[in-house]
Formats: sequence, C-alpha cells, structure tokens
Amino acid sequence: MQLQPMAAERLSQAAPPADAAIAIDDVTLRFVTPDGHMMTAIRDFTMTVARGEFACVVGPTGCGKSTTLNLVTGLLRPTTGNVRVMGNPVNDISRDIGFVFQADALFPWRSVIDNVAAGPLYRGTPKAQAYERARDWIGRVGLGRFEKHYPHQLSGGMRKRVALAQTFINQPKILLMDEPFSALDMQTRTAMQDELLGLWSEQKSSVVFVTHDLEEAVALADKVYVLTAGPGTVKSVYRIDLPRPRVMADIRYDPKFVEIAKVIWNDLREEVQLGQSRTLQTGH
Amino acid sequence: MTAISSTADHAAVRDASIAVAEGRARARLRRRHALVIGLRLAILVVFLGLWELGADYNIIDPFFFASPSGIRDQIRVWVTEGTSQGPLWLQIYVTLEETFLGFVIGAVGGIAAGIILGRNRLLADVFSIYIKIANSVPRVVLGSVFIIALGLGMASKVALAVVMVFFVVFANAFQGVREADRAMIANAQILGASPFQITRTVIIPSAMSWILASLHVSFGFALVGAVVGEFLGAKQGMGLLISTAQGAFNANGVFAAMIILAVMALVVEFIITRFENYVVKWRPAPFNEQGT
Ligand SMILES: Nc1ncnc2c1ncn2[C@@H]1O[C@H](COP(=O)(O)OP(=O)(O)OP(=O)(O)O)[C@@H](O)[C@H]1O
Ligand SMILES: [Mg+2]
Repeated sequence: MQLQPMAAERLSQAAPPADAAIAIDDVTLRFVTPDGHMMTAIRDFTMTVARGEFACVVGPTGCGKSTTLNLVTGLLRPTTGNVRVMGNPVNDISRDIGFVFQADALFPWRSVIDNVAAGPLYRGTPKAQAYERARDWIGRVGLGRFEKHYPHQLSGGMRKRVALAQTFINQPKILLMDEPFSALDMQTRTAMQDELLGLWSEQKSSVVFVTHDLEEAVALADKVYVLTAGPGTVKSVYRIDLPRPRVMADIRYDPKFVEIAKVIWNDLREEVQLGQSRTLQTGH
Repeated sequence: MTAISSTADHAAVRDASIAVAEGRARARLRRRHALVIGLRLAILVVFLGLWELGADYNIIDPFFFASPSGIRDQIRVWVTEGTSQGPLWLQIYVTLEETFLGFVIGAVGGIAAGIILGRNRLLADVFSIYIKIANSVPRVVLGSVFIIALGLGMASKVALAVVMVFFVVFANAFQGVREADRAMIANAQILGASPFQITRTVIIPSAMSWILASLHVSFGFALVGAVVGEFLGAKQGMGLLISTAQGAFNANGVFAAMIILAVMALVVEFIITRFENYVVKWRPAPFNEQGT
C-alpha cells in the first residue's frame, strides 16, 4: 500500500525477521502502580531495527518511548510478547548496548576522564589502555582541556558530550538514545547531530533515537516510528529516503525534508493533542 | 575638539578600576571577618566576667555552679599534679581510645549493614522490624548490661559507644543507598558494571554524603557512650573523673572535665570535616563560597 508517493514511504508492519539488530514483537508492558493497580505503558508494540539502521521514535510525552528503550536493554521485561537483540532473547544486560540517558547520568564524583573510562574499566580493560582510549574519546568530543574537571564544573552541553563519549567508548553495536539533545541550544545540537551521524556511519551501529522533535527525527533517521498517545503503540512507520551523508545545518531547508516533515506531522499532531488533553485531565 | 583615546587606554583604565574595586571588596571582607571574631571574643569575655563576678559576690553560688577561676585552677592542678586516678593525659587517652574504638567499630558495622540491607530488599523487609525494636531501646541503659557482662574494663565502654554509633550510621547509610540515583545505576549497569562494581563505584560514593553527615553526629555519640560507660563503673577515664568530682561535690571538677571533653570533641570534629572535604572534593561549592 503506497499512500504517499514520495520520500516518506509509509511501511506496513510485519513480524520481525530473525536477524534484525532489534526485534520487539507484539509486546505489552504493564506497570504495577503504587496503589496496586496495573497501568499499561505500551501495548501490542512491534518494532524492527535492521543492522546498521538509524531508527527514530517520536510520540507525545508519556507514551512509552523511554519504556521501549528499557525493554531493549533488559532493564524492563515485557509482560507479554518478546524482545530479541541480535537474534537472541534479552536475558541479561547485553554488552553490545550503549545507552545515552534522558536524564543526566554521569557520575558526579568522577572527573571527566574517569567518567569516560568507566565503561572499559568495568569491562576489565587494563587501566592504562582504558585511559588512553578515554583520552582519545574526550578529544573527539572536543573536551581535551577538561579531562580533570568534575561534571558540576561543565556546562549542560559539555556534560552531554561527556555522556556521548562515555557511551561510544564501548563501541556498542546497538545505540539507544533517549532525547539526548533536547536540553541543548540550537548550535550545539546541530553540531552534536553531525557528530552522531559521523560516529554512527563509522561504527556501523544500529540506533534507536527517541526524540520529541519531529524535525530532528526526520533529519537523522532511516526510519521514523510515530507512537500513539499512551498507552503507546506504533501508529505508523515512515521510511526516510533523504540522501546521505546529511548535513544538519542545511537539511532543514531541503524542500523534500520539509515535505516529509509536514506529512509525518499531520500524523503525529492528533496524538500530541490527544496526549495533551489527557495530561490536562488527569492533572499531571 | 577632544582626542579620542585609544582602546588600549580604555582597557588600562578599566583594569585599574577593577583592581581598585577588588581591593575595596577584599578590605571590606577582612573588616567583616575581624568584626565577627571580635564580637565572639567580646561575648565570651562578658559571659565569663559576669560569671566570675557573680561568683565573687555570691550571686551565683560557686559551690554549686563553680566559677571560671576555680575551673581554671582545677585544670591547672590536674595538668601539673595529676588527678586522683593518675595523670590527666592518661584519663584523656583512655576515654579517647574507647571512643575511637567504639566509633570505628560502630561506623564500619553501620555502613556495612546499611549497604547490605539497602541493596537487598528482602533482607531489609525482614530485618527492618528488629532494627526498629533495637533502636527504640534507650541505649544508655544498655551500659549497665555491658558492665555486668563485660566488666569494668575497656570492653564495656567500647560496646556502649558501638551501639550509640551503629544505629545512627546504619540509618544514614541505608537511606543514602536507597536514594542513589536510578538513572546512574542503570548507566553503570549498561556500561558493564557487575553488582559488586555498582556497589563500590556508584552506591557507596552516592551514599557518602549521608554517611559523612552521620559521622559528624555519631562521634559525639561515641564520646557520650564512652563517658557514660565510665560513669557507670570504671577504673580510668574522663567519665570516672566526673563521677569522682560529683561524689566530692566538686563543681569545678565537673565543669573542668566537661570543658576538656568539649575540646576533645571539637578537635575530632575538625579532623572529620577535613576528611569530609577531602573525600567529597567533587561536590560543587555552595554559591556563597564560590569565587573566593
Ligand atoms: N517505573 C514505573 N512505574 C509505573 N509507571 C511507570 C514507570 N515508568 C514509566 N511509567 C509510566 O509509563 C508511561 C510511559 O513512560 P515513559 O517514561 O516511557 O514515557 P516517555 O514516552 O519516555 O515520556 P517523555 O517523552 O516525557 O520522556 C508513563 O505514563 C509513566 O507514567
Ligand atoms: Mg522519556
């Protein structure tokens, strides 16, 4: 079914193939609320990310985007359905995964270099080697002069860059990012997006990138998942056929980009409005 | 027509005026600091002076409430001639030793228990009831039990100091472990940390400020434990000194011992603060201390 004869091709959802990097198959997840009720966070959720693919997830606030990422890490278990990573069911926290958190998750008692070296050290890399790699990554995110600083001595954008280096140093095959750039200003954000695309094409990892920002999603992704207002499920999936390599500063003026963003926004808008009226009703 | 001064001149003038302003601000800070110290000294002098005068004119009965000069004389006698139980230094040493042993054992035990129960929900649920019960026993009463069981020597005082310290440190360590940021723990897990590595590199550092806060108070508690233990029955120590003075209606002696204990507590408090600043040097300075 070819609804839009254009770059944003709407895909139909099929059962995920066995060799996908990430396969979430018909998953429902319920939380037990403190008063003992069950709360459905996501329902009948199916999502596939092929190896080397860049997938973005957009949806109204509270629809279950972070929950979805946590299912992939194994920090949360599905109530029904199953999740597979690199073809294997998720049992433990996989060493292939890197996660850039929505909240600031750096260790405040460790200096920048100790934060970045944490991953290799945890994984048993010898100290000298771990610090050498950490220094390399700190240089790559442009913080060479700040090795010895503590997180509280850095700006928000610099902290985010440390978080990126901390994640990338493990060279994850699967990269999960939860609104990593939403707290950044426009210029920094654009620079970081370029940086991310560079690293991604270099490492050939598979990415799931959650964002509130539809334009960011379209600019970065091969594939955009639009979720419904909570309990979240996949409303539609779009393939974005903009050519690569993409330059973030320019792409937003590309007519094709504008057109795609408009189409997806029409789809997303109702859900956002629904989500907003719901949060207003429940008062949180 | 006036000449337009060059930017270099401007910069020089601006730098000079900044230097002047900085100098003034520093002088103001120094003056304020001197004022605070001066006022503190003045209050001390007035207080001691009134007390001494009151004692001289028998408005305050020095037999019951001592007098500054009497306390001073008492301390001098203790220092130069020793106490009835032996040299003063020995008494201080004995009490400090008991306090330190109790403090260290209680703190280590409290931290360990807090971390173990904080990391293990089942153990926490099972043991919480017993800890509540044990915590509600007035701990000083245990002193009598310890003296019966452990005798008049050092062990009973150490034991009392341990129980005084243990629960405070335990409660704080437990709370600190529970408050550890979940995102940070998840981050460590995904970066590849084992449960033990998480405890060592995430849980303990983040509980550290809670634990250190409890160490401040609990050293005082350890001292109370040791002194009360000596009070209840001992052969040496500051507590015994107080109880002997009390028995002889020597108010000066009680106050003198109290002052010595206070000085001991202050010195250790100072050391703990130093240690704390060293351990948590990663913490941002409060805004009013920044830039000085
Ligand atoms: N541990 C939990 N216990 C109970 N409910 C939870 C828990 N975590 C999340 N939820 C609920 O699940 C729903 C989805 O949460 P989630 O964090 O995935 O939203 P999100 O899409 O990431 O939102 P945002 O865009 O604001 O970050 C929310 O309604 C939230 O209240
Ligand atoms: Mg979220």
